[in-house]
Amino acid sequence: MSENNIVLEAKGITKQFPGVLASDNVNFDLRKGEIHALLGENGAGKSTLMNLIYGLHRPDKGEIIVNGKTAAIHSPNDSIALGIGMVHQHFMLIPVFTVAENVMLGDETVKRGSLDRNAVAAKINEISKQYGLDVDPNAMVGPLPVGIQQRVEIVKTLYRNAEIVILDEPTAVLTPQEAEDLFRIMHDLTARGVSIIFITHKLKEVLAVADRITVMRAGRVINTVLPSETDSAQLANMMVGRQVILTVNKKDHVAEGEVLKVEGLSVRDQRDLETVHNVSFSVLGGEVLGIAGVQGNGQTELSEALTGLRRPTGGKVTIDGRDLTGKPPRIITQAGLAHIPEDRQRHGLVLSYSVADNMALCDYYHSPFSQRGVIQPKALDENSRKLIKAFDVRTPSPFVNAGKLSGGNQQKVIVARELSRNVKLVIANQPTRGLDVGSIEYIHGEIIKMRDRGVAVLLISAELDEIMALSDRIAVMYQGQIVAVVETKKTTREQLGLWMAGAHVETTQ
Amino acid sequence: MDWRRFGFIALIIIVLFSVVVFIGQVKQPPLLIITSMLATTIAVATPLTLGALSGVFCERAGVVNIGIEGMMLTSAFFGWLGAIYSYHIFGFGNWTSIILGVVFAVITGALMALLHAALSVTFKVDQIIGGTVINILAVGLTGFLNRQLFFGQGSVFGGNVPGSPGVLQTLHIIPLTELFAPICGASEICLRNIQAINRVFDQKPIALAAILLVFISHYILFNTRWGLRTRAVGEHPKAADTVGINVTKMRYANVIIGGMFAGLAGAYFTIESVPSFEPLLTNGRGFISLAAMIFGNWTPIGAWAAALVFGSSQAMLINMQIFRDVIPPQLAFLQESYIVGLTPYILTMFILTGIIGRTTPPAADGVPYEK
Repeated sequence: MSENNIVLEAKGITKQFPGVLASDNVNFDLRKGEIHALLGENGAGKSTLMNLIYGLHRPDKGEIIVNGKTAAIHSPNDSIALGIGMVHQHFMLIPVFTVAENVMLGDETVKRGSLDRNAVAAKINEISKQYGLDVDPNAMVGPLPVGIQQRVEIVKTLYRNAEIVILDEPTAVLTPQEAEDLFRIMHDLTARGVSIIFITHKLKEVLAVADRITVMRAGRVINTVLPSETDSAQLANMMVGRQVILTVNKKDHVAEGEVLKVEGLSVRDQRDLETVHNVSFSVLGGEVLGIAGVQGNGQTELSEALTGLRRPTGGKVTIDGRDLTGKPPRIITQAGLAHIPEDRQRHGLVLSYSVADNMALCDYYHSPFSQRGVIQPKALDENSRKLIKAFDVRTPSPFVNAGKLSGGNQQKVIVARELSRNVKLVIANQPTRGLDVGSIEYIHGEIIKMRDRGVAVLLISAELDEIMALSDRIAVMYQGQIVAVVETKKTTREQLGLWMAGAHVETTQ
Repeated sequence: MDWRRFGFIALIIIVLFSVVVFIGQVKQPPLLIITSMLATTIAVATPLTLGALSGVFCERAGVVNIGIEGMMLTSAFFGWLGAIYSYHIFGFGNWTSIILGVVFAVITGALMALLHAALSVTFKVDQIIGGTVINILAVGLTGFLNRQLFFGQGSVFGGNVPGSPGVLQTLHIIPLTELFAPICGASEICLRNIQAINRVFDQKPIALAAILLVFISHYILFNTRWGLRTRAVGEHPKAADTVGINVTKMRYANVIIGGMFAGLAGAYFTIESVPSFEPLLTNGRGFISLAAMIFGNWTPIGAWAAALVFGSSQAMLINMQIFRDVIPPQLAFLQESYIVGLTPYILTMFILTGIIGRTTPPAADGVPYEK
């Protein structure tokens, strides 16, 4: 490979954020027409590096060379002008705008002072055809499926004539089939000379599509390798810095006794749309029932209805035979529910409270934490020290605000509070989202421990791998309905992916 | 377009007009009452329309502005003061002084908005608190200066309020009367009716400008580059940032534009409506503007329609005074002007409950942008 094949090079990039060295003397290069994967855990510095290249942040040290010339990138305007486009993990789309409006934003075509929507639509159609992207320029973006929204993002970069496209965790929100589609598009792009930086933490994908792989950890580049010369275990090892067990150790276990029973449950969301329709299932003691599905198919409302945060509009929820439909969270908690909520910072913790206070949020109102209506600081303190030790929470002291802890430790505070109580049912919604591998392993272990103790576990996750690793049975949710329930052993990723994409629904109706 | 909303607006206006026509018909022909009500409605809706436009620009860019009331009040004062100074101290003529007064009012609005933008965009102060600061500042500042300049011992004008150079005059821009005069011929009734209809269009300059600005704003917001970027910044500032739009600049600019609208609304009170200032003269109309903006779903045309509802309820109050003596005994409660005067406020509460369809604010309205 000759030097002039390199379209983008980052040399000695260093960026310090308050308290973290997010990028530590990083070197990285991208060749024309290749897919270069950037692999690493959350917080490894992948996104920081890309934000520096894209101009959202400025590096403290180091230089970025684009097409052989040192580039001064002060803002996204500069990187766009250099032919760099970025598809962010959280889409940068405006739901109430049309596809055309979203695409042209910042680079509008104007005719006599007003927006020339037709010209933009024509150009989008041309790009769509050229790269097989298939988007309707006049569609409103909000209601589009995530996969299509992602294409809109890609069109946005191509509309600006991007030759270098950065894809930040593009598969996080996709079904396996949508991901396959994306990989096809990525190959189409590279075949036409576009170079792609593919950021991810998923080993399988990297091995499947990348031409080269660079692994980052704690702000540093660990190594750059070719997929043909490596395997999952080695990559995981580089990512985490130690041996990682990629599979969850799970013994066979007999499940018995119906703990959670849901019959004909319907729930409306805050826009008053029915997002859960007539859902029925049950979870036995000693089993993990995984709810698989692409985000936004009613999982949030389902778990809110089960935990008492939202009143269902129809149906019945019983725990251990007790009707708890529409009961307030405290009653349900007292009936034996442990809830690990989807959004740990908003619903799991009071960030401005200490770790000790957070650990008593379910029990503060009764003995021993409260005596005659007065909180007993000593009891809170003892309880938190015990839990910090038992659940390996890394905190300087129990009096530190929960908001000061890392994501993994915040989640451990919640897990400690919820699982240390005497519970019959655990509802865990996205329990490992955004956590480091160490914390993920730990939390998975705790969930399996509960199951082995005979507790019923309802696991809701958008990560199919997580669902498959932990669940004994899997229910697939699509557009507010359970479209299939299967034993994990008797199904495959591909089959689940089809159900998640709604394949089954059409055949049954 | 949201036909249900506009249908509801039309319904309220028709009901309010019908009440007045029903009561007043013994004294005046219905056509005369309706046209007079319409003329008043358009005139008194002016500050509400401009206030609502002020809110639309600020909030579409993502900055909540509850300081419109204060911006209006301050502008009303400084506009008036500007006109008086231009006339008495700088020795400009009547017209120049009045025009300068309007310019002063608009600049005052812009400066107040600059303060609001600095608080909410640069210093990321809670925008409700920022707006409240402006409202309190406005009351204190105008009250204090009014007293210091015009009343009390040693004040600049020595205790006399000097005569203002006057108010903006009604413009006769649609000459229906002249056009139809030959057609009516000798028919007195025909001529009188045409004159009555023509009164609806005979408005003062700020009132006419407000209507024009509604449509211009609507066009700008939904069909131009500026509008697209403004709305993007109010919906999803990060998305705007990633395509190279300067969120801070867009927010500052739109808040200041909003302030200028509020300034023009202020000028309406002291330079177009009456040539005098009194403390607290805006009397909550800045807040009613906000209700109009919300009911109009953050669109200029919608907000204008909502402002007309409030305008018509005020027009009802004004016209009912003419017909006080002919109110039938069954409707005796309407004699109490405060009951009729409550209508706009009751309407505000009713509309904000969301019974007539929910409105959706811009997604990032009120949220400071952090990189």
